[in-house]
Order: sequence, then C-alpha cells, then structure tokens
Amino acid sequence: MLDDKDRIFTNLYGTASWGLMGARTRGVWDNTAALIQKGQPWVVEETKNSGLRGRGGAGFPTGMKWSFMPKPSDKPHYLIVNADESEPGTCKDREILRYDPHRLLEGILLACFAINAHTCYIYIRGEFYNEASNVQRAIDEAYAAGLLGKNAAGSGWDCDVYLHRGAGAYICGEETALMESIEGNKGQPRNKPPFPAGAGLYSCPTTINNVETIAVVPEILRRGAAWFAGLGRPKNSGTKIFSISGHVNQPCNVEEVMGVPLKELIEKHAGGVRGGWDNLLAVIPGGSSVPLLPKDICDTVLMDFDSLRAVQSGLGTAAVIVMDKSTDIVEAIARLSHFYMHESCGQCTPCREGTGWMYRMMQRMVKGQAKVEEIDQLLEVTKQIEGHTICALGDAAAWPVQGLIRHFKPVMIERIERYRRQAGVG
Amino acid sequence: MSAAGQAKEDFTFTPENLSRAKTIIAKYPEGRQQSAVLPLLDLAQRQNANWLPRAAMDYVAALLDMPPMRVYEVATFYTMFNLAPVGANLVQVCRTTPCWLRGSDDITRTCCQKLGVGLGETTADGKFTVKEVECLGACANAPMVQINDDFYEDLTPESMAKLIDDLAEGRKPSVGSQTGRRGSCAQDGATTLRGKTS
Repeated sequence: MLDDKDRIFTNLYGTASWGLMGARTRGVWDNTAALIQKGQPWVVEETKNSGLRGRGGAGFPTGMKWSFMPKPSDKPHYLIVNADESEPGTCKDREILRYDPHRLLEGILLACFAINAHTCYIYIRGEFYNEASNVQRAIDEAYAAGLLGKNAAGSGWDCDVYLHRGAGAYICGEETALMESIEGNKGQPRNKPPFPAGAGLYSCPTTINNVETIAVVPEILRRGAAWFAGLGRPKNSGTKIFSISGHVNQPCNVEEVMGVPLKELIEKHAGGVRGGWDNLLAVIPGGSSVPLLPKDICDTVLMDFDSLRAVQSGLGTAAVIVMDKSTDIVEAIARLSHFYMHESCGQCTPCREGTGWMYRMMQRMVKGQAKVEEIDQLLEVTKQIEGHTICALGDAAAWPVQGLIRHFKPVMIERIERYRRQAGVG
Repeated sequence: MSAAGQAKEDFTFTPENLSRAKTIIAKYPEGRQQSAVLPLLDLAQRQNANWLPRAAMDYVAALLDMPPMRVYEVATFYTMFNLAPVGANLVQVCRTTPCWLRGSDDITRTCCQKLGVGLGETTADGKFTVKEVECLGACANAPMVQINDDFYEDLTPESMAKLIDDLAEGRKPSVGSQTGRRGSCAQDGATTLRGKTS
C-alpha cells in the first residue's frame, strides 16, 4: 500500500481548507519560482523522466506531449486543462477541483512555462457548478497573491488562467471537440492532423492535459523525477486516484500506487465486494469505455496501463465499476450503450447511426428477444463503428459491447433460449 | 424544432448581467468574442427562470456579432440549455450504470410517484421538473441527483422523498452526501491519510 508520505492529494476528502492558506500548509506554491528558474528544458526532461502518463484516459507520456510544442513564434501558445470529467465511473478530478484547486493552478504555471504558453483555459463540465466556483475563487486568490498574472509567483513568467464552463456534452472531453467548444461552436471533433500542438485553439499551438496530470506536476518537480518513477512499475509509474463505485461496501476515491492489484484496491479501500469477493461477477476497471473483466481475471490483475492492456481492457481513467452476482450484466452494458447513443455528436455516420443500432439490439438482448446469430451480428456492428470515426467515441461505444460478448456470451445465449421457451418459440 | 420556437417578445441583460457579460467576453482574445457564447447563454438562462427563449438567443447572437443560427446550433447541442420553461426545481436523476447499480431506478420512481409526473414533465404548481440524465460525475456517491446547481448524493428513496418535501416547503436541504459523509471518503472513514488533518 502507498505510504501516506508519498501521497500527493493530501486533501482528497476535503478535511482541510481548499483555499490558499490551506493549500500552503500542504506545500502547494512552495517556492515555485525556484523550479522555473531551473529552466524550461529541465522542467520538460524531469517530467519525461518521471514516467508520468496522462491521467485522462489515453495514458500518453506527458513530457513527450509537451516536447511536441513548436518553438516560440508570433502565434501565442495555449495550455488547456481538460476538466470535462464525464466518463461514467470517473469522479476523481472533481475532488481536485473542489478540494485542492491551488495544486492545479501551480501545475498550470509550471506547464505553461514548459510549453511557452502565457494563457491557460480550464474547461470544466458545466454541471460542476460548485466545483467551478471553488476554482474561480482559487484563481482570484492566486492573482491577488501575485501567484498568477504578470511575473507569476515571482518566476519572471507571465501566466493568465481563465475558467470556461461547458454546458453538458460528454464529447467535449475529446480534445479537439473541447477546442471547438471554447471557440463557441458545437462540440464536434476535428480531423487530425493538424494536431493541437501545431494548430489547436484559435489555430495556435495548444497542449491539452487532464486535471490530475497537471496537478501532480509540482510534486514531481519538487521531489524529483526519480521519486515518482520509483513508485509503481516501469512505464506505469507514480500514484493515481482510483474512483471505486458500484457494488462495494464503501465506494470511494483513493490515491494508490500505480499497479496496485485490483483485488487489494477493492478490499483495502472500498470495504470489499458486497457479499464478499466470491460474490464478484465482473469489474469495468477504467471507466465505461474499457471492456469489462470477469472475476477470474480480477483475481490477479494489476491496475496499470500495460497490465490491463494485456487482458484486453485498459486503465482509462482508473474508474473501477464493480458488479456483484446480482447484476444483470446485459442491462449494465445496455445502459452504457444508451449513454454513448445519447452522447454521440452526430458528425460521423458509423457512430451516429451505429450507437443507436447497438442500443436497440442491446435492449432486445436484455430481454433475450433475439436470435442467437444476432449476437454475432451485434459484434459485427461494433466492428463497423470501431476505427471508422473521427474521434474515439465510436471505439469507446464499441468496446463495452465487445467485452460483454467476449466474456458473457453464454449468458446472452441462455437468456435468448429462455425467452424463446417462455414465448413458446422453437 | 421546438428548440428555437418558444416565444417571448424580448430579452435584454440587466445592467448587472451586462457588466458580467463584458467581463466574460474579455477572457478571450480580441475578435474571438464568439467564445463567450456558452457562458452568455448560461447567464441569460439564469436571468430567465432557468430557460432560454428564442429572444434570449437572438440577443446573445447580436451581442457577440454571431448569426442567430449559430447560437441556435449551440443552444440545441448542449444539454444544459433548457429550451422550454422548467420547474423552479429541476431534478435531474443520474441514470448511467454506476448510479443504476446502486438503485437509481428507485430514485427516479420515487421522484415521479411523489410528484405525480412522468419524466420530462413539470408539476402543476411549477415547482418541480423531473428528468433522467447521463453520468454527472459523482459515481462514488451514487445514486445521486442534481437539482439546479447542486448535487445531492448517496440517496435512498427515503432521503429523496425528504429532499422533495424540504424543497416543496421552501427549506434548503444540505448539499452533497445525504448520509453525512465527507466528499467521497469511505462511509466508515478514510483508509488513508488518517495520521494528519491537512
């Protein structure tokens, strides 16, 4: 188990003040200027060496992403913080936003410096009204204390931070949709290339990072890359906030080491599975977009990017959705299909039409009102969506259904046969 | 589209909101005032009993020098804009899998039965509208609802019914967990950070 001294989010539960005074007692904004005075190459290299991978789902190495930004030119550079937390199961960034906003703001200054940006927009989901209110008050405090604005924190770097609230659209968590949204448009993803580092917000070089990614940067730079890299496993280093929901005795968020065994995570921190470990049916380990895992894999799997990939799932946002044996697993996934149908932006035909197809077929699968061959047909529909859309929402919609068929096809067949028996067919 | 169809003759920001609008527009680079469309529509909705008549969209369009159609596109794309009147308390029950696993169907049923409305409907007295929405991002505190700006979490049918009673009688319930836990800390107490208070 992660030692308390290695935890970054020491106010995860809001036990102490989230304001500037409280943040300072947690070491936030402690001599930030000294970190900046070590120079931009040092900040980028140190972040690279820490092994930090993006905490928003894709797990792209953060330092490398920063190094894609071009040399300064007459175009401004932008940092965007993606606080559009909407992936079902995920509720970790919310805790940083409402209980430790200064940790995020300090990370923003450092990241802006690293990518030659003087302006940052924080895009927060519109429903997080109270969280946005805390972040705005923290921004105001930081300006008043000289920590943001001209010569931020006495570092010699100018850094302006603006909060931008969304208005209800999961797709705006996709980085190019998010930029469209800030520009005042419908949140529909852009084709890539050009990539945001070349032409992002207002066609200027832009880097987008998740809240948790940016919020861990100050501690990495203060304690050193080796400290962060020494936690967890190679290429899967550091600490991570896990959101544990569903059929556990004590749902919670908790910061643990990357690579913690899933079983240990659930038993130590979430009070165990309702009815005991043997009552476990399946776990969605990384937010709704990743395929579920049946119990036998959950027995031993480790919670990091590469371990979960090896079992055909993913760490995603590290949102662990636990389902015990009372769960109607087909309905659980059908609900997710409904979610993706609702959130498809409508731009690409395979996704706009396909998510509806999947949901309607899944509705019949819930009742068993289908032919057994239609399970393969459903799988075929998922394959027609996956990889055929501008953004990853199509993939994200396909994977949960694929995971269901991969691991629970016998349940689906049994239900179809039962329905046919009861209906007196065949 | 019923969207842009709801009539109301005219709309202008109050002087206070107009000054807020100017502060918001100044967050964005010169010539990029269109970036302010989401916050300004939100401001307009707050000024107008939590819904956006077409006149408000037209007003925002003029203020930002946008074709009105571009504003209608935005207003119809994002779910938080209400394009028809809603009750004084807009009850949005999260229905996505993490909430469903913990009984969101019972919460929806409680709301509808107690208020005598179907989903998307408003009570005759105009006090409540009930809707189901997708994941609100408070999954470790499921099941939960959002009522106007606030989240109410860790609900049971009983605590949901009590929330409705309180709001109906003009009492302001405490926001957040209805079982009294702090944030998303485990109900029986934290398993980490027990040695310190900060």
